[in-house]
Amino acid sequence: MKKGTIERPKLVVFCCNWCSYAGADNAGVSKMDIKPYFRIIRTMCSSRVEPDTVLEAFKKGAWGVLILGCHPGDCHYKNGNYKALRRTLLLKRVLEDMGYEKERLTIDWVSASEGERFASVVNSTIEKMIELGPPKNA
Amino acid sequence: MSKPKVAFYWCASCGGCEEAVVDLNEDLLQVAEKVDIVFWPVALDFKRSDVEKLSDRSIAVSFINGAIRTREQEEMVRLLRKKSAYVAAFGSCAHIGGIPGLGNQFAKEKLLKLIYEDLETNDDRTVPKPLSKADGNELEIPEICEYVRTLDQTIDVDYYIPGCAPPADIILKGLTAFLKGELPPKGTVFASDKSLCDTCPLRDKKPDKFSIKELKRPHEVIHDPEKCFLSEGIICLGPATRSGCGERCINANMPCRGCFGPSPRVYDQGAKILSAIASLLGIDEEEIASEEDVSRLIDSIPDPVGLFYMYSLPASNLGDKRRNDEQKDNS
Repeated sequence: MKKGTIERPKLVVFCCNWCSYAGADNAGVSKMDIKPYFRIIRTMCSSRVEPDTVLEAFKKGAWGVLILGCHPGDCHYKNGNYKALRRTLLLKRVLEDMGYEKERLTIDWVSASEGERFASVVNSTIEKMIELGPPKNA
Repeated sequence: MSKPKVAFYWCASCGGCEEAVVDLNEDLLQVAEKVDIVFWPVALDFKRSDVEKLSDRSIAVSFINGAIRTREQEEMVRLLRKKSAYVAAFGSCAHIGGIPGLGNQFAKEKLLKLIYEDLETNDDRTVPKPLSKADGNELEIPEICEYVRTLDQTIDVDYYIPGCAPPADIILKGLTAFLKGELPPKGTVFASDKSLCDTCPLRDKKPDKFSIKELKRPHEVIHDPEKCFLSEGIICLGPATRSGCGERCINANMPCRGCFGPSPRVYDQGAKILSAIASLLGIDEEEIASEEDVSRLIDSIPDPVGLFYMYSLPASNLGDKRRNDEQKDNS
């Protein structure tokens, strides 16, 4: 990092195509205030986000990863989000054992109409990342 | 024509790979007749200076086992790389980091503190240092690197002979390829291109659909040799592991622990098996299971990093610490 520059948090947000991505769109259309420190990656389903992909994000310098999917019971593919939840909880355990704070990886649910919820989840995660700073052991 | 020169070297390893070479038995004698072993610290009395005297690329092939943990190992493999036409990573540790690679869970200082300061000992608490003085003499021992690296994270590697330790047929396959000059493309792993499940003797016993309701460790149950380990709730790394080992562990009633490394097209072996296991966990009741139910299942795995990444931590996205190492020592 160059001297005199502020280090900005980098949050990778994986959004499922059917609910959360539309929710992000909704937040945009409604002109909600969201801190500009996140990048959205659209996936077909939250269960499409492989643990390997999350680790790759951390390796490439992400401060945090947020996985967003449809609410339980509302998955476009019936049960993808349940699998995403189990994978994320297990991956969290692995990350904790490797010295990452448990807040660095979060999974949450945002439906297509919940623009406000998208904004608040992303904002609160970014605030948490600012508090934690960059990962010490990436 | 003179015989091709071959070198063997060991880094952070247990010696099992050297044992595997000796285990070639009579075949070793035939191989020894065809080659000139110029360096093999465990068996022959050649020194580093003998290697230095050789001209560059004059060793036909160097088989290097063990992960890279100390500066001495780093220096030696660089020297061997310079003197060899080909370098083959021999065994799990050189290939993907192996058991020594689990050290990447902790910083070097933490490990040294635990071993030399915190643990009980009958001995005096002398912490070894790279430079020390005893009886007026200066003593030098190799410095420990910040993190463990695989061989190909340290030098350019041409071929891989996987396994902990590599089975005799795989070693012979590799040696014969070099002796006959029939070399596959660079980067080839001398093993099968299938996953272990594909060649597993229990393959037909695996139910089409099953859910893991409870995770068990191998010592907690009497395993039915006719059943797939995963369907019994015992974690087996077969789905993400390369085949070619001869299913040694499965035939001995033990689940796969992943020593052959990721199967082709898999990069992070641990993440892949984590993903597979998590999908199977309580799949029956996933719609009614609360987050606590899921957490309880997950917490029944005592050491997920040590289990999923038993052999592959330094080679994975999770445990590749090269960036830290480079920042710290600028080498």
